[in-house]
Amino acid sequence: MSSEIRRHRMGEAGPLPRRFHQARWDESVIFDLSTPGARGLLVPEVEREVADAAGNVLETIPEPLRRASPPALPELSQVHVLRHYLRVSQETLGADLNIDVGQGTCTMKHNPKINEQLARLPEISELHPLQDEDTVQGMLEIFYRFEQILKEISGLDRFTFQPGAGSQAIYTNAAIIRAYHAANGQAGHRDEIITTIFSHPSDAACPKVAGFKVITLYPDEDGYPDLEALKTAVSDRTAGLMITNPEDTGIFNPKIAEFVRIVHEAGGLCAYDQANANGILGITRAGDAGFDLCQFNLHKTFATPHGCGGPAAGATGVTAELARFLPVPVVEFEGERYRLDYDRPESIGKIRQFYGVAPAVLKAYAWVMSLGAEGLRQVAEVAVLNNNYLMHKVLQIRGVSAPYTQGKRRIEQVRYSWEELHEETGVTSDDIGLRAADFGVHYWMSHHPYIVPEPMTLEPTESYSKADLDEYAAILSLVAEEARADPERVKTAPHNSTVHRVTDTRAFEDPASWAITWRAYLRKHGGEG
Amino acid sequence: MTDQKPLVYPTIPNSIPSVKAEMLRQIGAGSTDELYADIPDELRLKRLLDLPAPILSEYGLRRHVREILAKNLSCEDALSFLGAGCSQHYVPAVCDEINGRSEFLTAYAGEPYDDHGRFQALFEYASMMGELLEMDVVNVPTYDGFQAIGTSLRMACRMTGRSQVVVPGTIAKDLLSKLQDYLRPDIEIRVIAYDPTSGSLDIRELETTCSRTTAAVFLENPSYLGFLEGQAPEIAALAHEHGAECVVAVDPISLGVLAPPVTYGADIACGDLQPLGMHMQFGGGHAGFIATRDEGRYVNEFPSRLFGVAPTCVPGEFGFGDVAYERTSFAIREQGKEWVGTAAALWGITAGVYMALLGPQGFTEIGECILQRSHYAAQQINAIPGVKAPLLNSPFFKEFVVSFDETGRTVAEIHRRLLEKRIFGGKDLSREFPKLGQSALYCVTEVHTQTDIDRLVDALKEAVR
Repeated sequence: MSSEIRRHRMGEAGPLPRRFHQARWDESVIFDLSTPGARGLLVPEVEREVADAAGNVLETIPEPLRRASPPALPELSQVHVLRHYLRVSQETLGADLNIDVGQGTCTMKHNPKINEQLARLPEISELHPLQDEDTVQGMLEIFYRFEQILKEISGLDRFTFQPGAGSQAIYTNAAIIRAYHAANGQAGHRDEIITTIFSHPSDAACPKVAGFKVITLYPDEDGYPDLEALKTAVSDRTAGLMITNPEDTGIFNPKIAEFVRIVHEAGGLCAYDQANANGILGITRAGDAGFDLCQFNLHKTFATPHGCGGPAAGATGVTAELARFLPVPVVEFEGERYRLDYDRPESIGKIRQFYGVAPAVLKAYAWVMSLGAEGLRQVAEVAVLNNNYLMHKVLQIRGVSAPYTQGKRRIEQVRYSWEELHEETGVTSDDIGLRAADFGVHYWMSHHPYIVPEPMTLEPTESYSKADLDEYAAILSLVAEEARADPERVKTAPHNSTVHRVTDTRAFEDPASWAITWRAYLRKHGGEG
Repeated sequence: MTDQKPLVYPTIPNSIPSVKAEMLRQIGAGSTDELYADIPDELRLKRLLDLPAPILSEYGLRRHVREILAKNLSCEDALSFLGAGCSQHYVPAVCDEINGRSEFLTAYAGEPYDDHGRFQALFEYASMMGELLEMDVVNVPTYDGFQAIGTSLRMACRMTGRSQVVVPGTIAKDLLSKLQDYLRPDIEIRVIAYDPTSGSLDIRELETTCSRTTAAVFLENPSYLGFLEGQAPEIAALAHEHGAECVVAVDPISLGVLAPPVTYGADIACGDLQPLGMHMQFGGGHAGFIATRDEGRYVNEFPSRLFGVAPTCVPGEFGFGDVAYERTSFAIREQGKEWVGTAAALWGITAGVYMALLGPQGFTEIGECILQRSHYAAQQINAIPGVKAPLLNSPFFKEFVVSFDETGRTVAEIHRRLLEKRIFGGKDLSREFPKLGQSALYCVTEVHTQTDIDRLVDALKEAVR
């Protein structure tokens, strides 16, 4: 019996393609599941004495501030709320469920369940941020301990966990750079930030919000940030450099210390966007390359879950010289007791309410503690090995290439190009991604603009096995073959996903057509039934 | 130790030495070190990181972290009346069940096809918020209420081409600090005085402050200090007279009993989702919402992602996509509106679950419940000799200022005595609002029973003695 089963599952070269079909509940929008009068939750009853004493409280509200009619929310029994959300959750491909190497730059790795369980204990989940410090010593200790860990990993001197994710941390760095120059009497004069096109869009967008002009460097022929272009860009207007390394191509800039030196000589500061740190943990450090600031995305490198796009945490580190500008408060340890220090007159102030996403800090701390220094090195080395192994497999597929630095190794990810396959078949990278969904995996192309034509960015992290990587490469190979044999099949994908393609893009571009809420949809399209 | 087998990490499948060796062989590398050839030798760390010794077993790790967390005293084991931007509400079990699902917890940035459910859950979140707020456009959540307010004010400045915003003097000092950073350097913030008796904004000063450079007039309902700003319609009208946008921050859990700001003239409504199903998490449960009317001039100023619903090529089937994506920093980097990135999507989904569970009746009931309990608490506290509650004579929703001036004791002293009885008094305002003297901001919600409130009152009576 078992051989009969296996015969249909195993080919000569390994397992046959997965006959995947994503959950398709054909689930209605929740408003269409409403039954008037249904209840999902009852509110605590108010004691008679309380109600009597309070009197007619609604009448205390001034008339224009009183709600005239109840909100038109759907009405569902609890079982139906639960069932609805379980169904739509099943129609979501969480990282736990798939070989999530396709979301390049996102560092999709295993998020240990124990860390999640710990973060959901009432000893953290039911802490109010303004409790007396004596009642939150454990939480402050986690913050303090994790700060010591990140100081060692980065080679920098102080950290804040206040920013709610990587981009807010990048913004924080821009605000600190601004404060530094203002403290030196150069407010408004040093008003240029330099970044690179293969750094995250936020490395350009965030400093712009902080009032800087943005200069973007493009790669040289080998894909390295152009050193000559940097030399031309710096001047006495230079406020700083905000840069990723390795860049989103997976290429490490070997001249990074020279970049830092040139910017420093021009009087600027250097901020290291460490969103791509997974392959270099314990290998090379921001401080050792001369950086003044950096940020780690705890939801990426430090294994806290991505949560469909947050909550997250952007741990922001600076040199001792810049510590005075960090957001308030910072956690101080006084031998026996931890406390929050607000007395920092040069601080940039508040970036976020309170102190940051505490559960993310706890999960990241637990993750490092489960690995230690040798474990972190394994993380980095295996992430890089996995990436180079996957690149080796992918480049065997006809029609795909890895532009720049031909024949060289990459760090933790690769930006590939399907240009050749596209020219041959008309199938785009976008099509390939949608067809890959039919085999139960994610796929991501690139940030904009697409410098690499028909891009695909894969980042396998340390969490996937050799067999996982083989399966992912086999899916890409199968889709590439299909693009030649039956391009329509690829161009009309997905076929085995929850839903099919939206072909009328007016729904996303035309104000008369778009519907960002159900009430807007009914207003604009109700007549069509 | 030398003959110890190399450790295979449960979270690193390819840490098996034979597998690593085979992979290295296939790619033609002698060691993993070779893969780092691009990193110059002088930048290589030639030692292991100096980190605490690992706790390799999951059991040991759990013990370790729990031992640290045991040093905390949570609001579940104490009785807390803290609010001031983060409040203790009941979190329905289904909220935790859904946000703990692997599918939602570990998804990220997939396409509308492979992550259809994520798009649907966030679209439904926006749609239900739209009903609470009676507005047609709601964003995928941003980091927190502070960020939502900062962005709303920046949106108003971009829309009007003006560079001044006006805020009431009763906003939290932390919010003012956030705005002073976030609106710098191009936007001027004018803070308007308030009436120390009612808390209400000084409308005459507002009138003389507003001009053709005013982009937005901001107000909170309920305010940071708990009271309701009854002049909201007049304030909105005044803003409009000067061609400014009226931006109103609102506590979403109040919207079963309080009017959505759009009905009294708000153009942009914003705030924090934490009350809608998020545990306090030491400040980790925040997420920011921004809502507007459905007009291109608003939609095109959002930095956030906005998910739109649309029919697919199969009749009756619907899918999702990004509305007006070209405005975002994802599309056009620094030319986009502020920036977009990972923020707080899971809390948006959770708030959606919360709204679906409560429904219209639940929102009305929870609003009434909070009003009744908070008013009962204020009455009982006010009956304590020397204590005044609420200090401000305006109507309030769930928070109110308690003045201890006439007790001759400081808030710090009184709260230290409460803490001995495992009661967390409200936020001490004596440094944040010196004009209010020795006062504190108390927060009372549906979780506070009569017994809880009576216990507080008894403890206060002793503490002020």
